[in-house]
This record gives sequence, structure tokens and C-alpha cells, in this order.
Amino acid sequence: MSDAPKLKVATVSLAGCFGCHMSFLDMDERILGLLERIEFDRSPLTDIKTVGRCDIGLIEGGVCNAENVHVLREFRRQCHTLVALGACAVNGGLPAQRNHLDVGQCLQAVYLSRQGLEGGRVPDDPELPLPLDKVHPVHEVVRVDYFLPGCPPSGDVIFKFLSDLITGRTPRISHPALHYD
Amino acid sequence: MRDTPQTFLLDGVPVPFHEGQTILEAARAAGRYIPHLCWHPDFPPHGSCKLCIVKVGGRHVSSCAMPARAGAEVESDTPEMNGERRALLQMLFVEGNHFCPSCEKSGHCQLQALAYDLEMMTPRFNHFYPDRPVDASHPDVLLDFNRCIYCELCVRASRDKDGKSIFALTNRGIHKHLVVNAESGRLGDTDFSGDDLAANICPVGVILRKRVGFAVPIGSRTYDATPIRVVAMQSEDGEGA
Repeated sequence: MSDAPKLKVATVSLAGCFGCHMSFLDMDERILGLLERIEFDRSPLTDIKTVGRCDIGLIEGGVCNAENVHVLREFRRQCHTLVALGACAVNGGLPAQRNHLDVGQCLQAVYLSRQGLEGGRVPDDPELPLPLDKVHPVHEVVRVDYFLPGCPPSGDVIFKFLSDLITGRTPRISHPALHYD
Repeated sequence: MRDTPQTFLLDGVPVPFHEGQTILEAARAAGRYIPHLCWHPDFPPHGSCKLCIVKVGGRHVSSCAMPARAGAEVESDTPEMNGERRALLQMLFVEGNHFCPSCEKSGHCQLQALAYDLEMMTPRFNHFYPDRPVDASHPDVLLDFNRCIYCELCVRASRDKDGKSIFALTNRGIHKHLVVNAESGRLGDTDFSGDDLAANICPVGVILRKRVGFAVPIGSRTYDATPIRVVAMQSEDGEGA
């Protein structure tokens, strides 16, 4: 085991399904070797709620509401290297399928117009983050250093990418590892 | 009388050609791949996608339309040209709605396969997210306009091979879009058939057969295992499945 200080890694799922995080865990026992080189800061894996100074930030999901913008900007401020992980972070993905619709009409359709929802109302608790009118890929909000497409990127791809990054090699994902689906 | 083969240099390697051959045709005949989307061996050059762009004597030209010239120095598979091709792909991706995970053409799609081959990691530009409703009116074929790249292969196939002129492009610039030649504008109100060449020539996921979705699983498709630069040179008609 190397004596070098461990790299700090933070991860988050914004407008994502946590599938990329599940895929991260698909690297199976290789995660143990990785943990000799890295330690997790804020992440669903640690349940730490705020992000400190980090070497690498992995962003799953696109940006669909005000809280996503806040968290993403905080990750950008705190992380030396920011990675868009997975299709939604790269191009908005599934949540962005609502982008040609009016968000107000979407909310009305979901909370007011459906059968059985007579007298319902659009949730307006101040704790709830306001939805944006469109879902954006993360690179439309902050500068992104690396992109890992895929829905999700496979555990192998995430492992190779991180291994390259933490050992100082330029990460390169090409055919047949590169996938958008 | 056939003239004796002359040659030009493609990335420094001599490529023989006959008078009248384009750079792309001669390169293919010599087993050398130049990326393309709107070009098809059965049709005259269209020159719209610009993916086949090469540099000849310092000038950018579409290799599908440019006649080969003896002694020309053609640059194609270089970091500069591939970078420009990647930028063209990125513009195509943000202009439409290309969400590969939910597309039945994923793995068979030439746009996606080229983006893999040119290692496009990000769409880079801001997405347009245009509103393009689908047309499911035909019993056998679905039209998903979200993925159209305006190569006009369906337009050309329907007009020149099927003799039906089902499709056309209308308007210009960013307002350009594919339309169906029917009073209602719906494919179901035409004599379009799933057996038409036009139904089977789309390089992306616009014209899709119904009821065969995901018959081949994701991961086992044309370009999943083999890159497009290999597939395109193997298949007789120059295209993938």
C-alpha cells in the first residue's frame, strides 16, 4: 500500500436515478483496491451531506431544479476535477424528455388534471426546490473536466476511468467501452 | 477505353483511381475508410453532412463529391480533420433530440457509431431540445423526427428507387425539417410500405419498423462489437444493418 495521501472523491446524484452509483458498485471487489487510493467525502455511499475540498467530483444526473444548481456549483467550487457521469449528466437524459413541454402545464397535468385528483394542488412547500423550466446537462451550468457517457457507464468503464485518473494517466474511453446506451 | 490508374496520396499513402471517381469512392475501392453519413453507394453524392470532409492542398472539400486528381495530397484521418468531424457530430447531436438509451436504433445507428469512432465524449454545445412530435399513424412503421439529420436518404430512396416521393425536406436553415407527402402530413395516409427501400435506409432512428423493437438486445448490435470504420468496409453496400 502506498503512503501517498488518499485522494478525496465526492459523488452526487442530481436529476438522475442513482443507476450510475449502482454501476459504480458494479466494480465489485475492485472497490477495495480503489479504497487504498481514495476516500469518499460527500456521497450517497457515506451519507455526508456537505462537500469539502475534494480531488475528484462525480456528478450523476442533469440539472432539473434550483437545488441541483446550488449543489453542482458547490461541487465545482470544491472539486479539483469534475466528472459528468452518465447520460443524464452528459445530455440531460430521460428527465430532459420534458424539455419541449411547459413545466407549469406538466405540474398541472400531474397534480390537478388526473382522474382522482379533484381538489388537489401543486405542492408548494418552501422546502421543495423549484423546478427549472428545462433540464440541463451539467456542462451547461458549470465547467466540466471529463465526460463519461453511458446509461449507465459500466462498472468496468468507471473503474478504468478512475484508475487512470488517480494514477496520473490521461483517461481515455474508446470503442468498444464507449457507449451512449 | 479504360485509362491507366493514376494515384493520389491519402494520408501519405498512394490510392489508385480512375477518371470520374471521387476521393471517397477511390478510397473505399482501395479499402480505406473515410467517415460519412449522407453518402450511399447507390446514390449520387449529396454533400450535406460534411462528415467526409478532407483537406486537399490545404482546402476543405467533401470527399464524396470531389473528383480524385492525380498527385493530390489528401488529409483525412488526422487529429485536425477528426476534430472537425467531431464538432460536426456534436452540432448534429444538440440540434435534434438524440437520447440513445431510449432509442431502438441504438447500436445500429451510424450517427452514434461515428461518434463512438471519433470518441465524442460530450455534446459540448448547448442543446436545442426541439419539439418534434412523432408520427405513429402507419401500421408498420414509426416516424420519430427527433433524430432526423437531414441526409435525405429516405427522400432520395423514395423518389428515385421506390417511385413514390413519400418524403421531402421543407424550409431552410434551423427550420428545415422532414415532411410526409400527404394532405394530412401523416405517413399512414400514404402508400408507404415497410418493404420500400426508403423504409430501410435511414442511418439514424427516424424510420423504425414496428413490432420488432429490441429483438436484438442492446450490446449485441451492429456497432457494439465492431467499429463503423470496419463494418462500413465489410458490407457490400457500404452501410451497416
